[in-house]
Amino acid sequence: MQLESMYQEIILDHYRNPHHKGLRAPFDAEVHHVNPTCGDEITLRVKLEGDKVVDVSYDSAGCSISQASASVLTDLVIGHTVGEGITAHDEFLSLMQSKGAGAPDEDVLEDAVAFAGVSKYPARVKCALLSWMAWKDATAQALGAQPAASSDGAPIPEGTSQ
Amino acid sequence: MSEAELRDVLGVFDVEAVRKDFPILDRLVRDARPLVYLDSANTSQKPRQVLDVLTDFYERHNSNIHRATHALGEEATEAYEGARIKVAEFISAPDASEVVFTKNSSEALNLVANVLAWGPRGLAPGDEVVITEMEHHSNIVPWQLLCERTGATLRWFGVTDEGRLDLSSVDDLVNERTKVLSLVHVSNVLGTVNPVAELAARAHAVGALVVVDGSQAVPHMPVDVAALGVDFYAFTGHKMCGPTGIGVLWGRRELLDELPPFLGGGEMIETVTMEKSSYAAVPHKYEAGTPPIAEAVMLGAAVDYLTGIGMAAIANHEQAITSYALARLDRVDGVRILGPAEAFDRGGAISFTVDGVHPHDVAQVLDSEGVAVRAGHHCGRPVHQRFGISASTRASSYLYTTPAEIDALIAGLEQAKEFFGGPPSHAA
Repeated sequence: MQLESMYQEIILDHYRNPHHKGLRAPFDAEVHHVNPTCGDEITLRVKLEGDKVVDVSYDSAGCSISQASASVLTDLVIGHTVGEGITAHDEFLSLMQSKGAGAPDEDVLEDAVAFAGVSKYPARVKCALLSWMAWKDATAQALGAQPAASSDGAPIPEGTSQ
Repeated sequence: MSEAELRDVLGVFDVEAVRKDFPILDRLVRDARPLVYLDSANTSQKPRQVLDVLTDFYERHNSNIHRATHALGEEATEAYEGARIKVAEFISAPDASEVVFTKNSSEALNLVANVLAWGPRGLAPGDEVVITEMEHHSNIVPWQLLCERTGATLRWFGVTDEGRLDLSSVDDLVNERTKVLSLVHVSNVLGTVNPVAELAARAHAVGALVVVDGSQAVPHMPVDVAALGVDFYAFTGHKMCGPTGIGVLWGRRELLDELPPFLGGGEMIETVTMEKSSYAAVPHKYEAGTPPIAEAVMLGAAVDYLTGIGMAAIANHEQAITSYALARLDRVDGVRILGPAEAFDRGGAISFTVDGVHPHDVAQVLDSEGVAVRAGHHCGRPVHQRFGISASTRASSYLYTTPAEIDALIAGLEQAKEFFGGPPSHAA
């Protein structure tokens, strides 16, 4: 295997200099997710205004893949609508489930296309998905906490988190 | 140990001849690199002598046991019960009827924890169960479940900075309320060999039962359950050159007789009416349903294989390899070893961290060189928390491990450090 096929420079850059890291207030929901097989952890907060993702902040401990994935996630969802975030989530999930055969949409995934190589390594897919599962969970909780009239974001699809 | 001394020890043990028995060690992985298998604490590889038994059993002797009144049934029963006798002799059990076949160590430990929830020795509020901070999850969770069910209290020995049990609190922990002491013989994370016989004597002095998780001991060193003076001893087949799906619970006969059954079903009964049942004699009382027959026979073959080489010779070889690995790891900048730094009262599982490189990433770089290790918490999250970390990389050896494989590990670690270029700017 070429190590570089998994550890693309974009991933290493995000790992060394993560974006939007640290826990910030205000927030609507906070979740704590772990990868039970390796102990990687993330605490992640979401702040929404209507259907807009105003902030995603996080504190995490884990490998380069899980750390870089969280950084890329925040770039993709902050400032976007929940619906756009869910589209990115679905595209990323699909890429991670592609076993190396995915053709990711760079317009949707931007830096996250660099994770295509990770999908060839089943043991590492969960690392890449940890922050995305946390974000989806926190966003669902934040939407649930909003008054019904304002929760006009895209519904959170069920059954994609595993 | 100097490299000259290492050669002396290794000289009496023909590791290259041993390796020829393990077909998988010829595998090439990841772009045609020779496999360097340093994950034997996770599961061992299997020699041809064990693998052949699987085919032979199914091709020539396959039948259910204890109930088939035909030639194959007799052969299969004899092979299965013969394996029980081999296992009993291997661990110096006083009687083969004290050997209960289970699915694995976890099931063996769960069996004990479950039968102590009720019956003559059923735990109650006020009773205490004592474990240790260095247990595998399989010797933590069953006791947590038992305590939740019975109202008993769970307590535990801590671990010192050197990775040994902190025995300073033994008088407080082991007292007249203690009903069970359950501890690991050899830690799968730290490698520590615990003073089982000494602690068993302490526990027996207050009337407690002593349960031992021997998963990392039986494959690697001579074990004599009678000499240890314990009540129950659990281990698993797949870490000792046997197959998955077969484990062992050894228990003292009078306890196995006295305690209630675990799983109900076929084979574990004497008579059944619609109202109630009476139970078979041990060990069959604890073996409900059709057991893993071929797996038990393979485990018997694994015992033969290990006995043929000699457990003392295997333990010597592993101690030499562990000494060599510890010395080499000690010279790698940024490597921190969890557990005893010297191969004294220490098994061959060596967990470590590498400054600035997460264990998953270390393992991935090693894997790219064909070196198989484990990364994560190795089912021992509490002991990792004890040392302030959430994960480590673990290299573990066995009778087929060579010094050259340790050299490959060291080279891979240097490569991992170089690839990740030191600690990231946000490293905690």
